[in-house]
Amino acid sequence: MSFHPSHDIGVWIAALLTLGIFSFLYKDNPVYKFCEHLFVGVSAGYYVVLTMMSSVYPNLIHPLFTSFASDRHYLLIIPLVLGIMLFSRFFPRGDWLSRWPIAFVLGVYPALRITGFGQGDFVEQIHGTILPLWVPGHLGTTIGNLLLVVGLLCTLIFFFFSKEHKGAMGGTARLGIYFLMVSFGASYGYTVMARVSLLIGRVMFLLDDWLGALRF
Amino acid sequence: MSPDSLRRLDRRWIFLAVALLVILPLLFNFHIAPVQPSNRARGFYDAIEKIPEGSVVLLAGDYDPGTAAENYPMHLAAARQLMRRNMKIIAMALYPAGPPLTDQVLRIAAREYHKRESVDYVNLGYKVGNELVMSQMGQSIPKTFPVDNRGVPVGQIPIMKGIQNFQQIRLLVNISAGYPGTKEWVQQVVSRFHLPMVAGVTAVSAPEYYPYLQAGQLHGLLGGMAGAAEYEVLVGAPALATRGMDAQSLAHAFIAFMIVLGNLAFLPKGKGKGKGTS
Repeated sequence: MSFHPSHDIGVWIAALLTLGIFSFLYKDNPVYKFCEHLFVGVSAGYYVVLTMMSSVYPNLIHPLFTSFASDRHYLLIIPLVLGIMLFSRFFPRGDWLSRWPIAFVLGVYPALRITGFGQGDFVEQIHGTILPLWVPGHLGTTIGNLLLVVGLLCTLIFFFFSKEHKGAMGGTARLGIYFLMVSFGASYGYTVMARVSLLIGRVMFLLDDWLGALRF
Repeated sequence: MSPDSLRRLDRRWIFLAVALLVILPLLFNFHIAPVQPSNRARGFYDAIEKIPEGSVVLLAGDYDPGTAAENYPMHLAAARQLMRRNMKIIAMALYPAGPPLTDQVLRIAAREYHKRESVDYVNLGYKVGNELVMSQMGQSIPKTFPVDNRGVPVGQIPIMKGIQNFQQIRLLVNISAGYPGTKEWVQQVVSRFHLPMVAGVTAVSAPEYYPYLQAGQLHGLLGGMAGAAEYEVLVGAPALATRGMDAQSLAHAFIAFMIVLGNLAFLPKGKGKGKGTS
């Protein structure tokens, strides 16, 4: 095993900041706090500049001031005015003006998400559970389809609260709980995998990019 | 070790053990078992193999450095497979910090397969608006992205000639860290515009997308670093994710062991004063 530390100042800064954040695992300390605050500040600045340069300027300012009359670009005055009205929140006497653009956003977004959910989830997912419960020659598929349909029905019954969970309904709801527990366990397993993966990613960065100790 | 001492165990010892179990396999490069591709990863790979060479593919890299350990290897492997098959790649991102990662991935793959920027691939960069961007792209991609990531007008980019909306695109490859990502692409684009899609997602969000795979809305799904490693094997370019699998396996075994041990330590307490206390 040999070490070949990086000569890149950017890699050194990133590595030291990574170690600074990891130091929280021992206990809270000023180095961790410094790294955390630096991250929040840099992220906020980066986000503002990027949004200006990638969206506000090319999609709004540039077409409005260079080709106002062509391709109905004059309509962009509407989002420009609505956007400016959002800033009225900083002035107590006129802050009511910001309610109009907020109302616009609140109207558009739920509509877009509801139609997306209706098409992508509600209809398609019901369609996806209409399955043959007996597939000749494919025992695995048959068992899988049965589990899916039974699991779906039992879980739905567990969330049906208009009737007391007693008798057959109670038994079915209890089976629904078991299906839910299996899904929670699977989600937890995936969460563990995700967190360990992130650790591996950082350790690879430290060992390879910073210290040059990995051999690929 | 008695149950009492287990209950009082300083959790920093667990952190140290996990750190060692991750660092040592990476340093000494030992292998526990070969990576076996799953049907989900094979579906992802086959979806790209099945479309004709030279097709236009939308590569949406919706993640940032926070999940790069999981998403970057699958992003790089996807770029490699797409370029090996001479696909025209239109890349974009709905995460603010996504474009530099997309740039890096495309440049590495382009160097290996001798592809030219603007001719064989383009990075359109980031656009604020989440689902609105997806919906707007269905009307007009050039109006949604008037310039690419470098500020070049799309009218001057050869690969963008003739590209109006999703009708000219054969496949959507989404590398996703969460919101906005795979769920929104399925809801806004797959359902409305019937564009075939494959997704590479973080492990923590993967269970949410299995129903889409089961219903045929996704043709393939890569879940976390394990999914990325499977895909790297299929592409024939084992890299970061494959290298991390042994560290991942050892850390998982240790965490599973600690979960069992932790439950055993709390058994006597559960019999007495009541469960759930810590």
